[in-house]
Amino acid sequence: MLLRKFAVVTPVLAAAVWALPLSSPVQAAEAYSAAGQVADLPQPTVRRLTPSQYKNILTDITGGGIAVEGKFEPDVREGGLVEVGNGQASISTTGMERYSAAALLISREILDESRRATLLPCAPASPKHSDDKCAREVLSKIGKFLFRRPLSENELKNRVSVADMAADKLGDFYGGLRLALASMLESPQFLFRREESEPDPNRPGEYRLTAYSKASRLSFFLWDSGPDAELLAAAESGELHKPKGLQNQVDRLLASPRLEAGIRAFFTDIMHFDAFEALSKDATIYPQFTADVVRDAPEQTLRTIVDHLLTHNGDYRDLFVTPNTFLTPILGSIYKVPVPDLADNDSPDRSWQPFKYAENDPRAGILSQISFVALHSHEGRSSPTLRGKALRELFLCQKVPDPPANVDFTLLQDTSNAKLRTARDRLQAHAASPMCAGCHKITDNIGLGMENFDSSGQYRTTENGVPIQPSGVLDGVAFSDVPSLAKAIRNHRAAPSCFVSRMHSYGVGRASTRAEAPFIATLQKEFSADGYRVADLLRTMTLSPDFYRVAPPQLASAETN
Amino acid sequence: MIIKKQFTRRKMLGGMLSGSAISVALPFLDCFLNNNGTALADGTDLPLCYGTWFFGLGYMPGRWEPKIVGRNYSMGVDCEALNPLKHKMNVFSGMKCFLDGNPNVVHTSGPQVMFGGQITRGGDRAPASLDTIIAEQIGTRTRFRSLEVSCIGLPMSYTRRAGAAPNPGEISPAKLYARIFGPDFVDPNAADFKPDTFTMVRRSVLSVVSDERNDFVKGLGANDRQRMDQYFTSIRELEQQLDLALQKPKPLAACTIPQKQEELPIGAVVEEVMSNHKLFATLLAHALACGQTQVVNVMFSQAVSNLRHEGNADTHHVLTHEEKVDPVTGVQPKVSWFNQRSTEGMLNFLTALDSIKEGDATLLDRCLIFLTTDVGLAMNHGLENVPMFTAGKAGGRMKTGIHYSAKGDPVTRVGLTLQQVMGAPASVWGKDGNRTAQTISEVVA
Repeated sequence: MLLRKFAVVTPVLAAAVWALPLSSPVQAAEAYSAAGQVADLPQPTVRRLTPSQYKNILTDITGGGIAVEGKFEPDVREGGLVEVGNGQASISTTGMERYSAAALLISREILDESRRATLLPCAPASPKHSDDKCAREVLSKIGKFLFRRPLSENELKNRVSVADMAADKLGDFYGGLRLALASMLESPQFLFRREESEPDPNRPGEYRLTAYSKASRLSFFLWDSGPDAELLAAAESGELHKPKGLQNQVDRLLASPRLEAGIRAFFTDIMHFDAFEALSKDATIYPQFTADVVRDAPEQTLRTIVDHLLTHNGDYRDLFVTPNTFLTPILGSIYKVPVPDLADNDSPDRSWQPFKYAENDPRAGILSQISFVALHSHEGRSSPTLRGKALRELFLCQKVPDPPANVDFTLLQDTSNAKLRTARDRLQAHAASPMCAGCHKITDNIGLGMENFDSSGQYRTTENGVPIQPSGVLDGVAFSDVPSLAKAIRNHRAAPSCFVSRMHSYGVGRASTRAEAPFIATLQKEFSADGYRVADLLRTMTLSPDFYRVAPPQLASAETN
Repeated sequence: MIIKKQFTRRKMLGGMLSGSAISVALPFLDCFLNNNGTALADGTDLPLCYGTWFFGLGYMPGRWEPKIVGRNYSMGVDCEALNPLKHKMNVFSGMKCFLDGNPNVVHTSGPQVMFGGQITRGGDRAPASLDTIIAEQIGTRTRFRSLEVSCIGLPMSYTRRAGAAPNPGEISPAKLYARIFGPDFVDPNAADFKPDTFTMVRRSVLSVVSDERNDFVKGLGANDRQRMDQYFTSIRELEQQLDLALQKPKPLAACTIPQKQEELPIGAVVEEVMSNHKLFATLLAHALACGQTQVVNVMFSQAVSNLRHEGNADTHHVLTHEEKVDPVTGVQPKVSWFNQRSTEGMLNFLTALDSIKEGDATLLDRCLIFLTTDVGLAMNHGLENVPMFTAGKAGGRMKTGIHYSAKGDPVTRVGLTLQQVMGAPASVWGKDGNRTAQTISEVVA
């Protein structure tokens, strides 16, 4: 069984604070302040939709079949996560122009004649004139999913009124509806996930997300999309605020195949797979590194992750050592393993084949995959420093400082120097400088352990004719080759705690606050006790009131003063 | 009972649409005024244009700046290709970016000072970039407030409003063509003009979004409110874009529609960058000539320039750090070659502007283009003697053909001068060591 018990997570603030009979938010704020917690209470967030969330919401509404681009602005990454960066991002003039053009295209597609019968709840009395009643029905039905809550009477009235006006001017009911629908796709209510708070009756003096904000947080976290009808209904009825109601919804969301989309989005974010959009390798040095490889490489890793974590409910840490993966023929050509091409026009997905490496094959684990070793390399050569830095920052949450400005790099370049034939030789010479030694010690040591993979991800045993020595030490644990490095990462105590903390930040859309430290510590303990099962972690996290706890509104607005 | 009716733009436009004449003038919006709200645009003069042209990694000291200060200079050896246009350019040497005790965040601190006038530390509100300050003065009456392009396949730019994220740079010339000269383009020289009904209705409908502002920002903290202000500003500019599409544009004799661009390979290989840059240069020059925008921003290469040769792992950036300095000449020869490609790019861009004739003058003559980079010496990320050039006479407001040298002065002197020349009401610019009230009067006409 995938899911386990409901773990009770204890409240994180001092009991004395809970006991205070507070009637107003001001008093609540003062009490928190007195308890020394004021600076640490999390604010509700306003997050810009990610490209995948934008697409998923529209796919949910239309059932698919509509080409949606979704990416109109560069991602902003903060604290290692785009999902956190989106809590600080806005929409530029150029970006708005693109969102707006997409809104017009998408609204036309939704109202296309071929889709009307399935998507629209009604037809107008005349297609050439406005129809107040039908416009209201359509906009109310679709609007609820776009805004992730029912539209207020005023919002609906405004939209219906512009739909009617536009329909009469254009002599086209659907033309008018299209513009009203487009205006919803351009609205801040759709493009930003604004969370709202309310007093928590179960914790006097404290605030929680409203039921609809809670539904959104849950749904985007677990499904990477807006709430479905059932979740919205649970919010509307108040069930979502009851422990049993919340449990029903959490269990339903976790049991759904759509959990895969949520897991994919999370790993795409923490592994920086958005960088694949701009990744290329030098075509002369790595002719086999084609656009197909760029397409398949992250997909290989995501399939490996979904299979291991969801299908087999595996231990998170084993992702670093698992011999199981999936390959396409094109990836097989880089990994130098035969992969039969079973794809045909009817089922292109069949080109993906499950594959298991032999014991101790250096290919085991997700960090040996192209999606890691090629992404953290230069266009024409590998980079132990970039790989070591990524490994520490992405999976161990250890920040590697930026390099100093005035550095002599000439030794790195001197590949003709007979004494400095490998990256290890050159980096050691470079890092002999005391100014550089500090950081390179923490990156290169482990990055050099992955030198058996060139910049394209191909396995090699020599560089410039000299055997590669992949041995080193990771935070006190010696390794001799890639498999033993992978094992050292798997067993590193920071690996699971980093994962929990990233997942929490991803879920709440901001850096975790000091006040949340006990909650995160509890999650980490539970994660360990549960055998590092990700579905259990998600369940523990989303069932806890601490996941939805926010600052009283006075504290939020005090920022404006 | 008295009912007070609120007249929003949507209601007004909606009401006007109910009337019979669709050629009715639009309401008097602030977009038709200059920033001070003092006057309507004078329809007789051709508008001023401003541009930023950014290239990464600068030049080696001594190889770009003219030996002669003042007039009658010749460009340094890596910039010789610009000599045919030097009479339309100025060169500024000797100036630096002050770190004021902050760490030199490599390839970042330089552009921060150059375009924002200050070092921006974590948590600081990012200042408005120079081009947006100038766009507030000159760019409010065009279809696009500004156009940004990036020639290296990464959607970057250094242009931003205060506190906002940088505008994305367009990486595809084919997409830029579609954006400017696609179906929404209105030829200013077309004999007939009929406002498009769909655009008119759309403009009216869009204000339902801007009307949501008050409800949406209610209760937000300062940071989130600022982000939402940026979003609603973007909505307002979209509305202005539609307003302009409903007006008959003034004829512009030099406006011609360029050839449709086919997509070329996009990437950081030198040939790809040079080809795409040329296409961008042509499109932007035509966009300016056709009055589609008055502000353009070009990123030829990013600060950490990844330009490279096909088949060679060493990028321009890698070479600046790792190529051995020739002990005899004191030069990194491969780096010098890449630096000359920046010069070639500048020449191509300026030539595209200068080749559009407008009476006795050229498009370049009514432009002011600021060409600059992130470092003074790439090898050690030095921020002294950072190369800066300007091109164009800004419609007679700038003198040209001058090499101005001011050893140790902040680079912000140039930025402040450009703001004043373009009409921005700034008397000081910058922060801490980069703050200045001193313009360069030698280049001001």
